[in-house]
Amino acid sequence: MNPCPYFFLLGKGHGGSFRLLSPSVFWSSDLQLRKRGPGGGPHLLCRHSVPGLPLPPSPGLSPAYQGAGRGQGAGRGQGALRAAVTRRRRKNMAGVAGPATGSGAAGGDGDDSLYPIAVLIDELRNEDVQLRLNSIKKLSTIALALGVERTRTELLPFLTDTIYDEDEVLLALAEQLGNFTGLVGGPDFAHCLLPPLESLATVEETVVRDKAVESLRQISQEHTPVALEAHFVPLVKRLASGDWFTSRTSACGLFSVCYPRASIAVKGEIRQYFRSLCSDDTPMVRRAAASKLGEFAKVLELDSVKSEIVPLFTNLASDEQDSVRLLAVEACVSIAQLLSQDDIEALVMPTLRQAAEDKSWRVRYMVADKFSELQKAVGPKITLNDLIPAFQNLLKDCEAEVRAAAAHKVKELCENLPMEGRETMIMNQILPYIKELVSDTNQHVKSALASVIMGLSTILGKENTIEHLLPLFLAQLKDECPEVRLNIISNLDCVNEVIGIRQLSQSLLPAIVELAEDAKWRVRLAIIEYMPLLAGQLGVEFFDEKLNSLCMAWLVDHVYAIREAATNNLMKLVQKFGTEWAQNTIVPKVLVMANDPNYLHRMTTLFCINALSEACGQEITTKQMLPIVLKMAGDQVANVRFNVAKSLQKIGPILDTDALQEEVKPVLQKLGQDEDMDVKYFAQEAISVLALA
Amino acid sequence: MSPGGLQLPPVSLGGSPRSTDVPSSEQPELFLKKLQQCCVIFDFMDTLSDLKMKEYKRSTLNELVDYITISRGCLTEQTYPEVVRMVSCNIFRTLPPSDSNEFDPEEDEPTLEASWPHLQLVYEFFIRFLESQEFQPSIAKKYIDQKFVLQLLELFDSEDPRERDYLKTVLHRIYGKFLGLRAFIRKQINNIFLRFVYETEHFNGVAELLEILGSIINGFALPLKAEHKQFLVKVLIPLHTVRSLSLFHAQLAYCIVQFLEKDPSLTEPVIRGLMKFWPKTCSQKEVMFLGELEEILDVIEPSQFVKIQEPLFKQIAKCVSSPHFQVAERALYYWNNEYIMSLIEENSNVILPIMFSSLYRISKEHWNPAIVALVYNVLKAFMEMNSTMFDELTATYKSDRQREKKKEKEREELWKKLEDLELKRGLRRDGIIPT
Repeated sequence: MNPCPYFFLLGKGHGGSFRLLSPSVFWSSDLQLRKRGPGGGPHLLCRHSVPGLPLPPSPGLSPAYQGAGRGQGAGRGQGALRAAVTRRRRKNMAGVAGPATGSGAAGGDGDDSLYPIAVLIDELRNEDVQLRLNSIKKLSTIALALGVERTRTELLPFLTDTIYDEDEVLLALAEQLGNFTGLVGGPDFAHCLLPPLESLATVEETVVRDKAVESLRQISQEHTPVALEAHFVPLVKRLASGDWFTSRTSACGLFSVCYPRASIAVKGEIRQYFRSLCSDDTPMVRRAAASKLGEFAKVLELDSVKSEIVPLFTNLASDEQDSVRLLAVEACVSIAQLLSQDDIEALVMPTLRQAAEDKSWRVRYMVADKFSELQKAVGPKITLNDLIPAFQNLLKDCEAEVRAAAAHKVKELCENLPMEGRETMIMNQILPYIKELVSDTNQHVKSALASVIMGLSTILGKENTIEHLLPLFLAQLKDECPEVRLNIISNLDCVNEVIGIRQLSQSLLPAIVELAEDAKWRVRLAIIEYMPLLAGQLGVEFFDEKLNSLCMAWLVDHVYAIREAATNNLMKLVQKFGTEWAQNTIVPKVLVMANDPNYLHRMTTLFCINALSEACGQEITTKQMLPIVLKMAGDQVANVRFNVAKSLQKIGPILDTDALQEEVKPVLQKLGQDEDMDVKYFAQEAISVLALA
Repeated sequence: MSPGGLQLPPVSLGGSPRSTDVPSSEQPELFLKKLQQCCVIFDFMDTLSDLKMKEYKRSTLNELVDYITISRGCLTEQTYPEVVRMVSCNIFRTLPPSDSNEFDPEEDEPTLEASWPHLQLVYEFFIRFLESQEFQPSIAKKYIDQKFVLQLLELFDSEDPRERDYLKTVLHRIYGKFLGLRAFIRKQINNIFLRFVYETEHFNGVAELLEILGSIINGFALPLKAEHKQFLVKVLIPLHTVRSLSLFHAQLAYCIVQFLEKDPSLTEPVIRGLMKFWPKTCSQKEVMFLGELEEILDVIEPSQFVKIQEPLFKQIAKCVSSPHFQVAERALYYWNNEYIMSLIEENSNVILPIMFSSLYRISKEHWNPAIVALVYNVLKAFMEMNSTMFDELTATYKSDRQREKKKEKEREELWKKLEDLELKRGLRRDGIIPT
């Protein structure tokens, strides 16, 4: 269920590293935008994550297994269980230490099987959540030890009864149970797993509930058709008519898995239940139903889709809450896929048109965001008649979010238009709107456009690109916002194929230089990552002339991440341009830095050697790099010295035995006696890894 | 222009003729006309457009506010739909996306509503309307219905605190005057909160809604209905889990305490709920929880205290030994509270053993000298309270620790054995070891 689309979740995230970013770098780079799930974001896990605290003592543990299995008949299993617990308690009282306890467990086969459940129960009752969590996570171990029968008769009833715990423990339990079929005796007994999962599916915490539903869906597949109707369908019905909204929400996710295998009569009932949830009083349930509508439609007979799903869809799409309406847009894709052109026109399009002009920008955003899927689902004819005009409106929507989402889809939309007449259509119906967006007031919109606009060149061909697109690229390369420029540069390869990069190089260079010196280190980092690509496209001469000095300057950047990226960049360049080039242009410059007064720069030399040695091969490494590394073993800064040891370890395998024995070994041995602890440690590690001892 | 009199527009919005003061007999008609005129909405994002008209609407709204405040007999039956229509036209709108991508109310400046010069007057007018002595809910309920309230509640997500403040007053008046809408309003607030907690974690008006609820809870009749108890346990308590708790914690704690003052038997579920959602990684929230807990303890009945003292003091023992000194300090301040002290004293035989090992350890180990000093005082207080038990615990401290260590070791061994067992069985199953 995803009731809230990720409107503009570009920048600041839930604390943590996201906050460091200038918001829009993320927008522009090809990193995924974070989806904002229903309360399922990272914060949820943070909320529950428990630091590894030392175990708090629990003096006077309440007697184990008191009251567990309440409400169960005292069957054979129960008796055994109690016996096991009593035995354990007795042992504890007698103060039998570890080994003795162990011997009990390791006794005969019958004896081991008594042990685990007692352990589990003790651990489940532990006051420390972390310990309870640990034992739940090892539930399969316990079940395996118990054997299938006792797992069914003792462990599962116990678990069903204990569902009161912290959400984190419940989450682990819900997850475990999804894979438990084998442990309770295979598909014939899969229904034994339903009671605990049913309880978990009614819990408040969304993460737990979703996991329980996921496990239930998994288990439903393992049911035989008979068992499905006897056990699974009744469970779905119970959930669907639960009092509290949580159980009804969970039910929404279960209809589609049991429908295909149910008998006709039961199918009718299932549809009936789904219908009523679609008009539930609680918006949470309607949202859940709306988000499962498409999935459910897919498993229905075509007649039922038309007669039942379409009206539900229409209703949800005009719900009073926009959070429900926007979910109907998603369902629209699945429903349209099932219908013929005429039916789409008659049954789906009125609603879709309305959604594209909804008064809530969230709904319009959703239409923009799902545009490619919608386009494919409704087919080319309706696209031309209806979607293109709608798209034009979205591109000039009054909310920047909507424009940005639409701008993101420009390339895909154009790509998916029918070949015939595509060029004219793009030139006449899309390009004018794109031109407007290039000078949009909102940088996210421009940035979104910049991330896809280059892709149009392959679709429009050389002449159109030069005449119409090139001016736009150039304008964006001069944009005030670095993300826009970066996005253009990062997609240069598309243009290169069509018109060659030379057309752009005069404008490119200033843009690259400016980004390379941007005050935000993340921008610098991003441009470094495109260097190998640019180098490949611009060719070695252009590179040496214009860009080489930039690449070297990054090596002494004041931000470590930049120096590190610059180092990797060098390695990729060497892979591209070859060792001779490396020997002439890069290696000398890198080695000079070994004498730099700043120890950080001296270390950069070492890091570069680590990265380059492999690409450069044995000769260069032995003749040019090794002497420098060995010389640096006498550096006065310990950090440099232990990095020497690490570097030697790294380049050792490339060297021949003579060099290793005669040059590397004595140096490492000397470092092995260093007064600094870390230097000693890394030297010894290198000695043992290189087998020089 | 006479005060409260209506003047027709110089250049009208809707084309009314120009005129100065109008005889009172024509005023009702003019009132309706002006209401209709004020349904025209202007674009305030464009600061240059329609300046004259914007100014005119502003002055018209001012006239309306004055008129409804001063004039008698102005609320005839046909004015109701027009008033509600005018208010709806102006205030009901899809709130724009937040400027600062993920709006963080704690750090970001809120985006203020651009159309506030008009909006404020519309709210002002609506409140005067609702508060007017002539106002008749029986007529108004045809127009101020569930749909109206639902849209009103959605506006509480506004980023503009000024708007939320007006909304608070409006909703409060509506809740007060429309008995038929009360249950509906409560249910919709529930839905907003549940969505906030479990789906989006984003809603700007939680504090304002809680403030209204605070006064609503105050008026609940006894015994409390199941619906209200459910609201406490399933909605208010989970609200504590939200990341932005600090923005509405004061109002939330107030609601909780209101409930407990109404019905002390709810103390146990409330405190157990707080224990369940106790923050694990956020010290700032932990301090808030401790503050709320103290407010609860201030009103707790001794009979209720006895029921929850064990889990409660296990948690407090953990807080006292928190390496974060603010958490430890906040927990130790409980011992400055006379009422809490008296409760602890009465139950020292239960509480002392729970607290002792944490206090004893912290008194030797905590990095912060202020905490050590506070702990010392607490230990001293315990010693005075129950010296026999205190001496006993001191004497057995070491051996207790050793026993715990042994137990821990035992458990580790158990798991090791268990894993061996699994491995062995796995091998047997695969036929590697014969059974």
